[in-house]
Amino acid sequence: MNGTIQNRDAFLGHIANRLGRERKTSVERPKWKYNPQDEVLKNATQDELVEVLKEQCKNIHTNFVLSNSKDLTESIKKVVNEYGGGPIVAWKDERFDQFGLTNLMNKEWPESGVDLHFWDHTKGKENIDKANYANVGITVSDVTLAESGTAVLFSSKDKGRTVSFLPATSIVLIPKSTIVPRMTQAARIISEKVRSGETVASCINFITGPSNSADIEMILVVGVHGPIKATYIIVEDM
Amino acid sequence: MAMKIGTGEFNDRVGTGIKDSFMRGAVSSAQERFQSRRLSAAEELGNWEDWRSHGEEIRQHVLENLDYYLYQLSENVSKRGGHVFFAQTAEEASEYIKNVVEKKEAKKIVKSKSMVTEEINLNAALEEAGCDVIETDLGEYILQVDDHEPPSHIVVPALHKNRQQIRDVFKEKHGYDKSDEPEELALHAREKLRQEYLNADVGITGCNFAIAETGSVTLVTNEGNADLVMALPKTQITVMGMERLVPTFEEMEVLVSLLTRSAVGQKLTSYITTVTGPKEEGDVDGPEEFHLVVVDNGRSGILGGEFQSVLQCIRCAACVNACPVYRHVGGHSYGSIYSGPIGAVLSPLLGGYDDFKELPYASTLCGACTEACPVKIPLHELLHKHRQVIVEKEGRAPVSEKLLMKAYAFGASSPSLFKFATKIAPTVTSPFTDGDKITKGPGPLKAWTNIRDFPAPNKENFRDWFKNRPKGGAN
Ligand code: SF4
Repeated sequence: MNGTIQNRDAFLGHIANRLGRERKTSVERPKWKYNPQDEVLKNATQDELVEVLKEQCKNIHTNFVLSNSKDLTESIKKVVNEYGGGPIVAWKDERFDQFGLTNLMNKEWPESGVDLHFWDHTKGKENIDKANYANVGITVSDVTLAESGTAVLFSSKDKGRTVSFLPATSIVLIPKSTIVPRMTQAARIISEKVRSGETVASCINFITGPSNSADIEMILVVGVHGPIKATYIIVEDM
Repeated sequence: MAMKIGTGEFNDRVGTGIKDSFMRGAVSSAQERFQSRRLSAAEELGNWEDWRSHGEEIRQHVLENLDYYLYQLSENVSKRGGHVFFAQTAEEASEYIKNVVEKKEAKKIVKSKSMVTEEINLNAALEEAGCDVIETDLGEYILQVDDHEPPSHIVVPALHKNRQQIRDVFKEKHGYDKSDEPEELALHAREKLRQEYLNADVGITGCNFAIAETGSVTLVTNEGNADLVMALPKTQITVMGMERLVPTFEEMEVLVSLLTRSAVGQKLTSYITTVTGPKEEGDVDGPEEFHLVVVDNGRSGILGGEFQSVLQCIRCAACVNACPVYRHVGGHSYGSIYSGPIGAVLSPLLGGYDDFKELPYASTLCGACTEACPVKIPLHELLHKHRQVIVEKEGRAPVSEKLLMKAYAFGASSPSLFKFATKIAPTVTSPFTDGDKITKGPGPLKAWTNIRDFPAPNKENFRDWFKNRPKGGAN
């Protein structure tokens, strides 16, 4: 159902008035004179982008792990152990299966007593409670920005927003194919979806490392409201 | 009006600012660090001037077509089930929000830092409605726990407080018994605030950029507090200054890149979040109800006039960090929630000359602000324009520009700010260079003669900075 809109006409009429013209009912998005964003990492290959991402992880207090599909299970287990084990909360995401993690997540962990909860919208608020107590949150990047070291996450009903915020630590799987030069390409991907009639996810997170603050004497503290530690695991999918 | 902070006169506030040596040290070291990070973030791109020009053209285009983009934005928010309220005044905005909150019978409200909610004095209205309002940004939270101290810096609101003071505040108010290590202090706030998010009925945020094409709002933080404010409470209210929008995701990303580099020298901050309407069918987290409040509160008066370009502002505080006057007097001296050069331009426009007529004089017109601005607002020219308007209106200046310059000359040894200002300033064409009526006698002059007590600026850094700053038009 459409939401309400109040006081619009008077408000916009006043603006048009101040601008000295009638109200506009259509505006062409201009062809911009400057496009500096296209110059960044312009001709980089996918492998070069991985290198840029790796370097940038040093600046954003994020652990970087390169993995191929064979050792992915071991890589994840290692990071989870370093973070002190479960409880874990993860998106219910078909990509885990594609990456060959079914055995680990559906069998090995549950059987060895690791508390793993998949975010499942039919379980309602329980998901949030689980995420709040979780030690590790696991998500998968939809688009990854090499320049800034950013994972872009599109939320949906089985991909809760708070999986990357409430747990004490965060692991983001980064499919190599999702790596693009910078935010420019992510914005274009989203815009294209919108223009082809897709609805944009109700929440899109551009996440760059763990949460931090320099509000006390300008001293950097890593881990404020969101995760205290973060790891990106690059998954060879191409 | 809520933009005004502090009670004393401008000159008293300046005096207090100058006396607080921790504050002064904190301000100048923060300025240096932000400044150098900003410069390296800009340099790294290689074509920073093109970025600035792009930012400028986007912002100008939006302002020129503001009615259209606000229409498109509101249509798209509504299509996604969100409610939009256009508020002409601060009171209308607060009233609407208060009504929503009362309808929800909300007791607890979590907020993420926002200048515009300060501007409309929202907390007072909410507290009047019997709500417990919690600021979640770490710096804001500290100020709030400390009996609502006003913020002193746009990006680092508690810049004037040292760690011992913060520990003492937590100790007095929460019985905190740990050390004054920033990690421990932050952990304490994390634990306290986590409960607040989970129990809050309503979450309130500002808005860095709304996106017209999709009806989205974008929030930029490092702490992740805005995300929890938007994800956990059942109702979300986002308040935006009416000019804070862009056509599409593609312009949003450009402005976000300019913002994060200019504000904190980061390529992107830890969390940039774009939210569109309430949660979708089946979603577990995210608000059930979404309200967008679009605030005019004096902005339309700026539109179409000679100060229009100030509305290009993306609130990065780069001008604040570049300003030699801000360095001396600190944020509180401005007596406005908007401090530094942007505050000196914006406060008289939004709050009126009566309350803020001294602010345009809190500048040497050196032009460092203009050069720092990522969207190319000609700040020092606007400050000069203000002075002309004030002189025209009042027949005289509230403070003597001549003495002000002299004061700087006394206060700062060579290379003095005075020389700096007169030699380098593009145009220090004073409308009242001599025969100025107020050069004699006490009154407002006192404040500026007191500036003699200013310590010399950190010469090395100042010189280095000046030598290394990017020249306008380079690249
Ligand atoms: S005026 Fe320019 S530099 Fe100052 S806060 Fe606004 S955008 Fe930033």
